[in-house]
Amino acid sequence: MRFMVIVKANKDSEAGVLPDEHILTEMGKYNDELVKAGVMLAGEGLHASSKGARVRFSGGTRTVIDGPFTETKELIAGFWLIQVKSKEEAIEWVKRAPMEDTELEIRQVFEAEDFGEALSPELREAEERLRAQAAERHQ
Amino acid sequence: MVPVSGSDTHRAIDAVWRIESARLIAGVARIVGDVGLAEELAQDALVAALQQWPESGVPDNPGAWLMAIAKRRAIDGLRRRTVLERKQEELGREFEAQQETAGPDIDAAIDDHVGDDLLRLIFTACHPVLSTEARVALTLRLLGGLTTGEIARAFLVPEPTVAQRIVRAKRTLAEARVPFEVPAGAELAARLSSVLEVIYLVFNEGYSATAGDDWMRPALCEDALRLGRILAELLPTEPEVHGLAALMEIQASRTRARVGSSGEPVLLLDQDRARWDHILIRRGLTALERAEALGGALGPYAVQAAIAACHARARTAEETDWARIAALYDALAQLMPSPVVELNRAVALAMAFGPEAGLELVDELTSEPQLSAYHLLPSVRGDLLAKLGRWDEARVEFERAASLTRNTREQKLLLERAAACTTGPPGQ
Repeated sequence: MRFMVIVKANKDSEAGVLPDEHILTEMGKYNDELVKAGVMLAGEGLHASSKGARVRFSGGTRTVIDGPFTETKELIAGFWLIQVKSKEEAIEWVKRAPMEDTELEIRQVFEAEDFGEALSPELREAEERLRAQAAERHQ
Repeated sequence: MVPVSGSDTHRAIDAVWRIESARLIAGVARIVGDVGLAEELAQDALVAALQQWPESGVPDNPGAWLMAIAKRRAIDGLRRRTVLERKQEELGREFEAQQETAGPDIDAAIDDHVGDDLLRLIFTACHPVLSTEARVALTLRLLGGLTTGEIARAFLVPEPTVAQRIVRAKRTLAEARVPFEVPAGAELAARLSSVLEVIYLVFNEGYSATAGDDWMRPALCEDALRLGRILAELLPTEPEVHGLAALMEIQASRTRARVGSSGEPVLLLDQDRARWDHILIRRGLTALERAEALGGALGPYAVQAAIAACHARARTAEETDWARIAALYDALAQLMPSPVVELNRAVALAMAFGPEAGLELVDELTSEPQLSAYHLLPSVRGDLLAKLGRWDEARVEFERAASLTRNTREQKLLLERAAACTTGPPGQ
């Protein structure tokens, strides 16, 4: 299953202050660990909200509001997308992140494998055949 | 220490085990030289965690904690065994040397070994002395961190069968005195292909799971992907490792699109490409680029990944680069000659250069004994003949294909196509 780990914005990230070298090194090591464990699917840091915009929908009208946005704590500064076995495993990985004085939020991503209802017998058969073909191809 | 309540601790320990078990087993196996014993010692460390962590809390570095316990027990065990005296001396020396050289940075020294140890564990679990089934079970158990019960559920076999497989596999490795090492030189290629085969087998087992199945089955895809991604970091200079990773990422990207709303399978060209997972596609294309960047001729996994990539890159089915796919199937046929690959090549040729080009190759395949009962051969041939307006011949082929398939839905479709040949081309 997949989880998005959301990094909350703070005064520094909103001020466009880049993390110092020490933090960058630690973060690099942590990301490396996630990659080596086959867990990390994606991860990005975001520019300050001053470089962003919002589009507000109200009935038929769309209003564009340029950043920055004031409610710093509600803003996000980055994310990881990780693939793990359980929420507990996600938590365990997140606990290892080299963060100080912030909060990381862990949210499960909707899964692809919300397969339909039980398959019909002929479909099961079709899949059996696909499997046989795959096996055959690798003889 | 992180204070947590009792049941939370158990779940946390479970998660730590998922993350640490392979490294733990691998690290201990380097000391004791036996993966079976290493797993037992790692389990002992887990038991110790289950006893202590609920009271003490989960340590800040749970992996190092488990490793310290397991290694201490390994060394204690070695000291106790007089039979292993020589080994003990050897290891004692190694251990002391490690402690001397490492000094306060012992954790770092252990970390440096982690990659090598994991690789050794992978190659040992996939050793050719074991049956394929045993390799799969042992790999999922030791490297995937799956329990015997989970493996049994995923492969639809009784749990005692899997347990027995694993016990026997460990015994076989011990009896054959399989060294805990990464093969070198010429042996590496053959042994690596065994590793890749095991991972891809796990992937396909998951990929062929059906809707009614236990969720453990599709989860095998994720297990295989994770193993493939780990291996790609451990052996970054092996193109086929990236080739396999690319192939699995791209195939997995279609999971959502390959089943229709009523559970029916949707063929690749009919899939809604918006439902493909573009993160996985991007990862797959990146992995393929890594394989290609290493230079040399592509191996079978990379070529299959390249074929999958042609589809992944096409925004619509019509944009598919069939000429390139045909060329790639040609390359694949050289690497692993198979009439099924040839049939796929024929389809690609027909898509790229017209039905006649495909038919020429399909005609050659009709004498292939391996395909004599394969319904897709007459089905493809019928399709090409119909495109050429050779209706009578096409009808015979569709009827033949219908008689060869056991799938009723497909049979119906083929008979409809046969009937359409009698009444003339559809829409005319």
